[in-house]
Amino acid sequence: MPDQLLFAAEVMLNGLMAGVMYSLVALGFVLIFKASGIFNYAQGVMALFAAMTLVGIQNGQVPFAHLINATFGTSIHHFGWEVPALLAILLTVLVMAAFAWAVNRWVFSKLVNQEPIILFMATIGLAFFLEGVADLMWGSEIKTLDVGLPQGINDWIDGVTFEATGYGFFIDNLDIVATVIAALLVLGLVLFSQYTKQGRALRAVADDHQAALSVGISLNFIWVLVWSIAGFVALVAGIMWGTKSGVQFSLSLIALKALPVLMLGGFTSIPGAIVGGLIIGVGEKLFEFLIGAPYLGGATENWFAYVLALIVLVFRPQGLFGERIIERV
Amino acid sequence: MLDADTTTTADGRTIGGTVLDLRNITLRFGGVEAIKDISFDIREGEIRAIIGPNGAGKSSMLNVISGFYVPQEGEVWFRGKPRPPMKPYQVARQGIARTFQNIALFEGMTVLDNVMTGRLGHMRSGLLTQALWWGGAAREEAENRAAAERIIDFLEIQSIRKTPVGRLPYGLKKRVELARALAAEPSLLLLDEPMAGMNVEEKEDMSRFILSVNDELGTTIALIEHDMGVVMDLSDRVVVMDYGKKIGDGTPDEVRANQAVIDAYLGVAHD
Repeated sequence: MPDQLLFAAEVMLNGLMAGVMYSLVALGFVLIFKASGIFNYAQGVMALFAAMTLVGIQNGQVPFAHLINATFGTSIHHFGWEVPALLAILLTVLVMAAFAWAVNRWVFSKLVNQEPIILFMATIGLAFFLEGVADLMWGSEIKTLDVGLPQGINDWIDGVTFEATGYGFFIDNLDIVATVIAALLVLGLVLFSQYTKQGRALRAVADDHQAALSVGISLNFIWVLVWSIAGFVALVAGIMWGTKSGVQFSLSLIALKALPVLMLGGFTSIPGAIVGGLIIGVGEKLFEFLIGAPYLGGATENWFAYVLALIVLVFRPQGLFGERIIERV
Repeated sequence: MLDADTTTTADGRTIGGTVLDLRNITLRFGGVEAIKDISFDIREGEIRAIIGPNGAGKSSMLNVISGFYVPQEGEVWFRGKPRPPMKPYQVARQGIARTFQNIALFEGMTVLDNVMTGRLGHMRSGLLTQALWWGGAAREEAENRAAAERIIDFLEIQSIRKTPVGRLPYGLKKRVELARALAAEPSLLLLDEPMAGMNVEEKEDMSRFILSVNDELGTTIALIEHDMGVVMDLSDRVVVMDYGKKIGDGTPDEVRANQAVIDAYLGVAHD
């Protein structure tokens, strides 16, 4: 039995780490939803696009190489240089900011005051468009992403736990790094939104558009800012997932895993996104270990999150942390 | 009519030249004319009231001044220059602050944070310096925080500084909204029914604050109000609107004696 308990503890820890990844993606959704009421279906594709752009820049790939070659009969593929990881990340951040600006300039500024469902449809279109652009820009083959993050079993934890319990925990270094980076990211976002002028403006816009206008806040600027931040969060998520399992189309599907996280945590709560992600990460791993694998034939991780979200929806439609829905009569 | 640019009121305040001049404003919503060819001015340092029955177009007028509505005809002159069509946030940055009839506060934020949003126009440092708290960002935050605290003291809301606005009672919310508008140090302050829905005591408090804002901070104020007693006591000059038209303009005494105004408020016997 103690063995069983130790396994469960290890599974739980790994679940927490996986949950951090879900939280990161969900965070991007919450940021945009809070500020503009847009449910951004393209968040997952943004993570894919950011990761592809990062790899492309790192490897000195020529963007739109296939298109250029097909049109002009040339045969260029690479600039012939390699960009250091940190610089490549910075450049990718700029690309994501430019994307944020373009999306607001050509899509959402034309759709001001439209129904939420129309804005949602626009983001679905955006997702397909961005996916196509990403393939056209950088090619559709599976790429490996390496920005120098450590991977593989953490020997120190393995050693310490083996000393203490006689059983060495398997914790991946990448998961630890992801957790630390995610924590720093969230801390940074909280500090930014609490103690800076733009952060305050951002919260103001999230709260009341009309009032925000009346104190001199440009909604457009805030939307570009928040899409840029969401783009940055997407990049971080893209780096983590991309390092783990390669940069490929399925990366964009992590958005679907973020949905139950949002239902659990509420669409408007940043702490909710974090805790929701952790609950789902731990929940699905533990469920698989304790019930799924022994009694249900396994593979419960695929559906556990959705069932959990459904149950939460029945009892708390606004999620665990969402703002209470009060109808004034 | 006085031809001098500056006059002094009975209670010793100085009224200066024209700050805002509305010239032949017409505003339509589809086929409905909410404002029909209205002109009036607001002078530096005065309290200017806009009154009229429900649906007279008072709020629309205020929305034209603050840029929320763009009139189809007419010009808004601000500080001696015609103002091109502007977004509300651009108008706000020019120094025109406002409150709303149905209170538009940031409910999830504290009173202090709400007031701080009023200071946004006074904070100069850019996105990057702010994000990294570089150079002047910290000092600027401190200075603006001090300014916000002065306004909070001025309106006597120190005790609720850290309370989320959503939890406050109606009367206090109205005061916080005034505080946020004042924090911008506006040259023109627009108040849309600052006393609507208040009890007598709250109305007295609010009147006192409006008077001392005008007197001590020297802020020019344009306000919409229903309570005739309050309007007559507070304001230097009054514009009366009815069905989108201007039917009276002058000192409270002049307006009170105006037959068209009496008819609009009390009704006319049609026989």
